[in-house]
Amino acid sequence: MKVSIKVNGVQYEKDVEPRTLLAYFLREDCGLTGTHVGCDTSSCGCCVVVMDGDRAVKACTMFAAQADGHEILTVEGLAQGGALHPLQQAFWDQHGLQCGYCTPGMLMTSYALLKHKPNPSDGEIREELAGNLCRCTGYNNIVKAVRQAAETLQAAPATK
Amino acid sequence: MSTDTTIKGSLGVPMKRKEDPRFIQGKGNYVDDLSFPGMLYMALVRSPYPHAEIAGIDISEAMKVPGVVAVITGKDLEAAGLGWLPTFHGLDKQMVLAIGKVLFQYQEVAAVFAESRGAAADGAEAVQVDYNPLPVVADPFTSKKDEVLLRPDREAKTNHIYHWEVGDRDRTDQALQASEKRIRQRMWFPRCHPAPLEPCGCVAQFDKMGRLHFHVTSQAPHVYRTAVSLVTGIPEDKIHVISPDIGGGFGNKVPVYPGYVCAIVGALKIGRPVKWIESRTENLTSTGFARDYHMDVEIGAKADGTVTALKVSTTADHGAFDAAADPSKYPAGMFGIVTGSYTFPTAHAEVDAFFTNKAPGGIAYRCSFRVTEASFAIERGMDILADELGMDPVELRRKNFVKKEQFPFPSVLGFTYDSGDYHKTLEVALEKIGYQALLKEQAEKRAKGELMGIGISTFTEVVGAGPSKHFDILGIKMFDSAEIRIHPTGSGIVRTGAKSQGQGHETTWAQIVAEELGLDPQNILVEEGDTDTAPYGLGTYASRSTPTAGAALAMAARRVRERARKIAAHLLEVGEGDVEWKDYKFQVKGVPAKSVTMKEVAFAAYTNMGQNEPGLEATQYYDPPNMTFPHGAYIAVVDVDRDTGEVKVRRFLAVDDCGTIINPMIVEGQVHGGLTEGFAIAFMQEIQYDKDGNNLNTNFTDYLVPTSLETPHWETAHTVTPSPHHPIGAKGVGESPNVGSPAAFVNAVVDALSPLGVRHIEMPVTRDKVWRAIRDAEAKKGQS
Ligand code: FES
Ligand code: FES
Repeated sequence: MKVSIKVNGVQYEKDVEPRTLLAYFLREDCGLTGTHVGCDTSSCGCCVVVMDGDRAVKACTMFAAQADGHEILTVEGLAQGGALHPLQQAFWDQHGLQCGYCTPGMLMTSYALLKHKPNPSDGEIREELAGNLCRCTGYNNIVKAVRQAAETLQAAPATK
Repeated sequence: MSTDTTIKGSLGVPMKRKEDPRFIQGKGNYVDDLSFPGMLYMALVRSPYPHAEIAGIDISEAMKVPGVVAVITGKDLEAAGLGWLPTFHGLDKQMVLAIGKVLFQYQEVAAVFAESRGAAADGAEAVQVDYNPLPVVADPFTSKKDEVLLRPDREAKTNHIYHWEVGDRDRTDQALQASEKRIRQRMWFPRCHPAPLEPCGCVAQFDKMGRLHFHVTSQAPHVYRTAVSLVTGIPEDKIHVISPDIGGGFGNKVPVYPGYVCAIVGALKIGRPVKWIESRTENLTSTGFARDYHMDVEIGAKADGTVTALKVSTTADHGAFDAAADPSKYPAGMFGIVTGSYTFPTAHAEVDAFFTNKAPGGIAYRCSFRVTEASFAIERGMDILADELGMDPVELRRKNFVKKEQFPFPSVLGFTYDSGDYHKTLEVALEKIGYQALLKEQAEKRAKGELMGIGISTFTEVVGAGPSKHFDILGIKMFDSAEIRIHPTGSGIVRTGAKSQGQGHETTWAQIVAEELGLDPQNILVEEGDTDTAPYGLGTYASRSTPTAGAALAMAARRVRERARKIAAHLLEVGEGDVEWKDYKFQVKGVPAKSVTMKEVAFAAYTNMGQNEPGLEATQYYDPPNMTFPHGAYIAVVDVDRDTGEVKVRRFLAVDDCGTIINPMIVEGQVHGGLTEGFAIAFMQEIQYDKDGNNLNTNFTDYLVPTSLETPHWETAHTVTPSPHHPIGAKGVGESPNVGSPAAFVNAVVDALSPLGVRHIEMPVTRDKVWRAIRDAEAKKGQS
C-alpha cells in the first residue's frame, strides 16, 4: 500500500506492506536509523517519535499506514542548522546517556513533554519518562538533563 | 620555540564524552542500523517445549512462503560438522540447532532465511516440528537425583556438571563447631538477565574473495574471531569481526550464540549477506542468564563478634548446557572472594553445578564471574551474624575488617588484595549519611510500630581478569593491548583490545593518553571493536577495561614518550640523558626555558628526526600481575509499609573506592547505572520457571526492569586508594555498584522487619513477599 508521511520536513511517498510498523518504515524505508527498537511489547520507548508537533508515539506500536498524511519528527530532525537542540545539549552536558540506545526515545519523549509542560517538576519528568527504559544511566542524570533543557528553552523561547 | 600547545591535567577531570554528539543526534552505528545490498533476514524457529524428542521437522510449507530462500536445521549443521559449539571455558559444548531433542523452552530448532523481516517470521511460523515431550527437570535439586538424564551426549552419565571447592574444609568445620556463636542461612540468588536495551544480533557477509565480514553485538570481538575460526574451520585471516556501537552489554554480549553461527552458515550457503536481530523475547529466554545460586552460608564467631570461620556450600543451576562465560580456570570463577572485606582465619567454599531444562548461560552480569553471588552471601551473612550477636552491623564489620596496614592482604581463599582502606570508606559513608541520627530516628519509629530499615554493605570486589596464570577463554590468556599512533600535527589515534558498550572509552582512553603525553584529548581518536585494526584483546566485561587495556594504554603512551624523548634531545641539541619530562613537556634538565612540546616533537618525528627512527607510535600488550580489588561502603535507608508490604528506598549512599579516577563524571554515571541494576535485582528482576519448565518472564511486561518512577535518587562519594600495580593506579568501577548494592537493599528491608523477628527474605524482595513475611511474623507472634 502507498503511504505519504512527512518526516523531519521531508515528504516520503512509499509503497509498503500493510503490516509495516512505523519504526521500520523510518529505519528501513527512510534510512533514519536513529529511531531504535528494543522490545516487542511496547514497553521500552526506544522507538518514540513525535507526531504532528507534540505527540510522543511509540513507533513500534503504530503501523506506517496510521501515520499516513501525518508529520513525524525523529531524533535526526532535532538539531537545526547545525545547532544542537537544547535537549540534545543538556543530555550531553549532564551525562544523560551511556550506550545511547535509549537516547533517541528519551529525547523525543522529553521534547513532547516540554511542549505540553514547559516547566515540569522532577516528579513530572519521572512520570512522563516512565515509558522509556534505560539500562545504563539510572535516570538521575536524564532527569537533570530534561530540567536543564526546560530552563534553556524558557530563557530563550525563540528556539523550538 | 613556538606557542605552547601543551594540555595539562587531562586525568581526573569530568570531561564531556566525545562519543555523545553521535548518539544524541541519532547517528550511532548499531548492528541493526546496517544494511547491505542483497541482504537477507534470518528468523529462528524455537521450541515450545522445555524437554522433548524431535520426531521430525518438515520445512516444505516454510519453503512455499513467498520470500523464503532457505531453511536449515540441526541435521544440516551436523552434516557440515557444525552441530555443536564449544562453551567459553571449554568444559561443555552447546547445540547450535537442536539435534535429536530440545533441552529448554525457546531452544533454537531451525533457521529460516528470507527476503524480508516479515517473510522470515512467516517462514519460521510455517516450519512444522514434531515433538514428543519428555519429563522435565526444572530445578537443580531434582536434577541432583539423576532420575532423568538430561545430557546423554556427555560421557559422564549424570546431571552433575562439576564439584569445585576452595579452602580448608576440616579446619573450617572444626572452627565452626568450636565457635561461640554460629549462624546458618540458605540464600537463593535468583536467576536474572542483564537485558541490555539493544538485543543481540549480527550481519554476516562474505565478500567476493570469500572473506567473512561479521558485524556483531560483541563485548569481545577478537575472541569471536578466534571462536568462529575454531568452530567453522575458516582460517582466522579470512575472518573480520566488527563490533560497532553496542547498546549495552552487561555480560549478555560475551558468549557466542547459536544465531550467530546460523547467520554465518546461511550467508556462506546462500551467498548473500544475512542479518539476524533477536527479539526481546528471544533475548530474555535464550541468551545468557545470570546467577541462580542456592547458597548455604555459615559463619562462626566469638561472643565478642570476632569471626572465626566461614563456610558456603552452593548448588548451582546452569541450565541445559554449561555455557557459563567463565574466563577463569575455576568453574565457579572468583567465588573465592566470598570472605569479603574480613579477616577470616579459615574458610571453605564449594559449588556443585547441575543441568536443568532451562536456558543455558551463567554469565557474569555486570560483575566478575560469580562475585555478585559471593558478595551477597558474605554481606547478608554478616548482618545475620550481627543479629545473632545483638551487635550493630557496623560495629561487627569494623571489628573484622582487613586493616589498612595489612595490604597487600593474602585472603584465606587465595587472593592477594592489592590495596584498600575499609575503615576509612565506611567512616566516610556513616558520616555522610548521618548514621547516628538515622539510628535515633529508627528507634523512635520502632517505638511507634513503624518499620524503618538501615542496610549496610561493605563489599570487596575482584576485577580485571586477569593474570595469564589463572585466566583464559578457550585457552587464550586474558591479557589486553593498546596501540597509539601520533600524527605529525600532534593528534593521534588509539586502539585497544577492549570494546566500549557505553562505558565511554572514546573519552577516558583519550584522557589517559593526553595525560601521559601532554596532548589535547579532543584530538585523540579512539577506535575499538574492529579486529582488522585493533590489537588482539579479550574485550570488555568484568570491569577489565581499565585494569587491563587502560594499563596497556598508559604503558604504550610511556613508550611513545620514550621514543619522543630521543627526538626531543635531537631538537634541543643535548644528550638524551639531559632531557627530562616535566610539566607535560620535554626540557633540558635544570633549564626550563629550553623545552619542546610533544606537538613539536610529533612534527619532528616525521620531518626532522635526526638519526632517530621516524614516526611516533607504540604498541603494548599487558598481562596484569594481579587483579584489582575495588571496594565500597553502601548504605540504604528504607521505609516499609506495614499494611501493604511496600518498600520505599528513602536514601541510598554509595561510597566507592576504585583507585585513581580517570573521569569523575563517567565514574558517577557508572555508579548510578550499577546501583539501578542492583536495585532491580533486589526488588524486581527475576527469570522464573514454573515446575514444568515454562519461562514466565519472556518480555518487559513480565520481566520487570526499573523505570524512572521506581528508581531512587542516588547519592555518591569516593575514597581513593590507588592500585599499586596498575600504571595509573586505577581499579575499575562499572560493576562495584551492582555487586555491592543488592545486599545493602536486602539488609535494609530485613532490618526494617527485624522487630517482627524476620531474619532473611529472598530476592527479588517484592511487595508480596514482604507482606507475607510481615503477616507470617505477626501470626507467629500472636501464637507465642
Ligand atoms: S520498541 Fe520498545 S516500546 Fe517501541
Ligand atoms: S544509555 Fe544505554 S539504555 Fe540508556
